[in-house]
Amino acid sequence: MELVFEQLAALPREQKVVMDARHTRWASPYGLTTLLCIAQSRLERADFTVPEHTDTASYWARTGFFRHAAELYELHGHVPRHREGESDVLLEITPIVQSADVHGVVGRIKDKSAEILHGQLGLDMAVTGRFGMTLSEACGNIVEHAGQGGWVAVQTYAYRKRLGRRVVVIAVCDAGVGFRQSLESSPAHRTSDRWDDSRALEAAVLRAVSRYRHGDDGRGQGLAQIRKFVAKWNGKLSVRSGSARLAIVPSWDEDEPMQEALPYFPGSQMQIIIPEKINDNASAAFSARSTVTRASARAS
Amino acid sequence: MSLLIDVGTVLRDSVSEFYSSLLTRPTGAAVRNEIERRVVEVGSPVVTTIDFSQIDLIDVSCADEIVGKLLLRYYEGNNGLTGYLLLQGIREDHLDAIDAVLEKRSLALVAWHDGQAELHGIVDETERRHWEIVRELGPVTSDRVSEQLGTTDVQTTTQLTRLWSRRLLRYDDAHFTVPGMVEPLIGVHAQ
Repeated sequence: MELVFEQLAALPREQKVVMDARHTRWASPYGLTTLLCIAQSRLERADFTVPEHTDTASYWARTGFFRHAAELYELHGHVPRHREGESDVLLEITPIVQSADVHGVVGRIKDKSAEILHGQLGLDMAVTGRFGMTLSEACGNIVEHAGQGGWVAVQTYAYRKRLGRRVVVIAVCDAGVGFRQSLESSPAHRTSDRWDDSRALEAAVLRAVSRYRHGDDGRGQGLAQIRKFVAKWNGKLSVRSGSARLAIVPSWDEDEPMQEALPYFPGSQMQIIIPEKINDNASAAFSARSTVTRASARAS
Repeated sequence: MSLLIDVGTVLRDSVSEFYSSLLTRPTGAAVRNEIERRVVEVGSPVVTTIDFSQIDLIDVSCADEIVGKLLLRYYEGNNGLTGYLLLQGIREDHLDAIDAVLEKRSLALVAWHDGQAELHGIVDETERRHWEIVRELGPVTSDRVSEQLGTTDVQTTTQLTRLWSRRLLRYDDAHFTVPGMVEPLIGVHAQ
């Protein structure tokens, strides 16, 4: 997505753009929800060309992408019919505008999440309730702070390249005001020379600062709970906002904790990845294998 | 007089009849307002118990609006919210959210679980020891607690008074008790 952001950042918002997805073969929930945010961020309705590969287009249809994209983009190409009931899509792409949407999302995944998180990913049964809480907090941030609607999607898939395991992924994205502008609206905010998107992300994600904290000490707990959940299940959290991206990086990943001076994109885009649980022996074998794989990759 | 409020019923009455989870701040604020209205309408109950047994999930934001802010409103003391606020029917996953709120706001509360009172939130070890002795022996005098713990009268009175001022203990006729202990929920059941 960073390459797309880079191209978009150079263009005025009113300029018409064409999102050419003809040659794409795959997209994560983060990618698909962000594509919808891109359309929301443009003043001129953008064109979108549908993936040519049948499997890819069918998969995107199963996530509900085209149903929402049709309202935001001028679609070109063959759009497959939407089919319900695919097991790898835990939650289709769903708009989040108000509190009722959060209730709907959490209620919809309740039964299926137990089967997938416990049954397929081998996580403790206790994860199910916490997963719903985490999803609620992540979506609640859109309702509370974004200033406009956003999107959520939850999905499981095999994360072979980096992890060699199945994962469950939550993507919660919006093209709203973003962390920096949200925190700047607080009466307690003091601008300094060092204030930018990365400082805003650190304040909100790492120090639980909220624009409502002024006069209400109980605010800012949502992201802290998300971090706690991610740490408990050895997961990864990344949040992009404006021109920065912060990641809480587990041992199985090599992402950078903070990236700055990225191409600007409005709002905030969050991704949570929780890996399948494997036993200790398998874990040790996996670690050794992945180290060798990465070393080989670097050598080549 | 005791008041039992089923928060699941309040949720369905005040927000949506289809909801079974306490999620988001707007939902929490609506539920808290309705709880406050019912407490004030009944008129100065000594003990108000909020029952979470019908609640599926509760997130931290909603827990903060209901539990955190309701406790703070009780401490304000100028809004018709009087007496003691207790919780019951809370499960392990509810506690994740509720404990996070209590910790963040440095609050504590008493919850009842299977006929046993439990103390949650921010209390130091000395406070907790005093509270547990009262739970075990109550109704009990300060002298008796002092005797049990081997502490001076002044130390014990200071600790018990602090717990009473935080509404974690009751004090009636020179005896301390855990709220909800000697006055079973036989009063008004708000529906």
